[in-house]
Amino acid sequence: MSGDSRYLGLLYLSPYILGLLVFTTVPFVISLYLSFTDYNLMSAPIFTGLDNYIRLFTADRTFRKSLWVTLLYVFTTVPLKLAFALFVAVILNSKLKFINVFRTAFYVPSILGGSIAIAVLWRYMFADVGLVNMGLGMIGLEPVNWFGDPVNALFTITLLRLWQFGSAMVIFLAALQSIDKSLYEAAAIDGAGKWKSFVHITLPLITPVIFFNLIMQMVQAFQEFNGPYIITQGGPLKATYLLPIYIYDEAFKRFDMGYASAIAWVLFVIIMALTLIAFWSSRHWVYYAGDKRS
Amino acid sequence: MTEHALASLSAELDDVSLARSRDLRRQRITTVIRYTVLTLVGLIMIYPLVWLIGASFKTNSEIFANPGFWPQNPTIDGYIKGWKTSTPYSFGTFFLNTLWIVLPKMIGTAISCTAVAYGFARFEFPFKKLLFATLIATLLLPNVVTRIPQYLLFRDLGWLDTFLPLWVPSALAGDAFFVFMLVQFLRAIPRDMEEAARVDGANTWQVLVFIIIPLLMPALISVCLFQFMWTMNDFLGPLIYISSKNSRYRWRSSCRSTRPKRSNGTVCWPCRCWR
Repeated sequence: MSGDSRYLGLLYLSPYILGLLVFTTVPFVISLYLSFTDYNLMSAPIFTGLDNYIRLFTADRTFRKSLWVTLLYVFTTVPLKLAFALFVAVILNSKLKFINVFRTAFYVPSILGGSIAIAVLWRYMFADVGLVNMGLGMIGLEPVNWFGDPVNALFTITLLRLWQFGSAMVIFLAALQSIDKSLYEAAAIDGAGKWKSFVHITLPLITPVIFFNLIMQMVQAFQEFNGPYIITQGGPLKATYLLPIYIYDEAFKRFDMGYASAIAWVLFVIIMALTLIAFWSSRHWVYYAGDKRS
Repeated sequence: MTEHALASLSAELDDVSLARSRDLRRQRITTVIRYTVLTLVGLIMIYPLVWLIGASFKTNSEIFANPGFWPQNPTIDGYIKGWKTSTPYSFGTFFLNTLWIVLPKMIGTAISCTAVAYGFARFEFPFKKLLFATLIATLLLPNVVTRIPQYLLFRDLGWLDTFLPLWVPSALAGDAFFVFMLVQFLRAIPRDMEEAARVDGANTWQVLVFIIIPLLMPALISVCLFQFMWTMNDFLGPLIYISSKNSRYRWRSSCRSTRPKRSNGTVCWPCRCWR
């Protein structure tokens, strides 16, 4: 707007800039520094070089277990959640009666989100004599020991997040609705069936949204805390002891701030590396209809 | 000749109507399949929540014996005990404390994010691209990395065991997601009205208050709703910042005795209370 100082916009941004510096940028740098120190809150941080990282990668078996569990969790939860969300979005993307009732019903669990009450509900549902095992009994199946078995325990957390597929689904649905219908008509005239037009029209056109959901869900999954903290407390045998819980324990229970920062940075580097790989690979599989290159 | 043509024409018409009825039948079958899948998935989605409502009227022993919705011996004992809690404080205390975190945070978020989004969407200034890039970076940055130094910062400021660590970052537009959302909304709003107001002598602040904010209301309401829900459900923030034993605001885990048999540990309701 003419006549205004060119710094006027910065005035409106001033709270953001202050917050960015004080609560994000400076803590970010300090966290990197702390990861090279021994700091227990009682005395000043002592610089110890790479000691924390050496301990992490050579001596710490808990870390190795926790890292493995975290990767296992992320690489099962994210693809399953995306596939399920897309599947439901495709079904919901049609002119059926009562479609809005279904859309609402599918979104309700996601509104409740990371709520503690839901995590507590999950504990009841998957208990030895809980709702799920009663249901299995009714259809003649053996009860499953959900929280006693390491593999099952992690899977209950995955199921909780799968149940909350709504936010990814809503984004998929919006993308599906924006696809030009004439493309499907053209494909049908050329003799393409439902499945073919899904693979050759729908999928390529929604790759930007798949990409967006992939990144957001991945960053989120790597930071899962509430679910395992409430439902399984990291057990059994540390089978659900995800890295964020390990970091929390080191930092706020054992007050080993330096070591906790080092773990946080390893987690950060993993997330960044995977994000960069996704961005880099997106050139080969993400199609932007607005772009000239194809 | 004409007879032959007519015959072939009618045969063709038959084919078309046959194909159409086949199409209709196929369509009807896919519709049935769609409804079946939708209903099944919908039931799985909703039943745990419905069951939870039913279970809240059941006795402890029935919760672990009855997978159905209707309680056999309905009781409101759960609600009475839940209101009393196993602490000297009632549910109301915990609830008011939660509101006392949520409402200021929500208001702070709405005000600061609107101002910042206005700045991003309507002004040109030095470093604009860089600053917008930081917004996106914050969106992707895992909180895990900054949490420990933030805790140390709040400790040095003497803010631990107060609500300030939960309020202040949000009041400084710390939730990049909301800023981004509002910027996208603002970009879609035409500038005609603002320009008219400027011609009539309004300054940018007046434009923001009298034109932008009314136009932005639907988006602002969703910002408030999301922030309300997320803060209500926030567990880690209060757990870290207002959890120490000698704090004025106190966190309690009131452990319930209604726990699954043979399960490890107890079911804890984390709640806050004001001493």
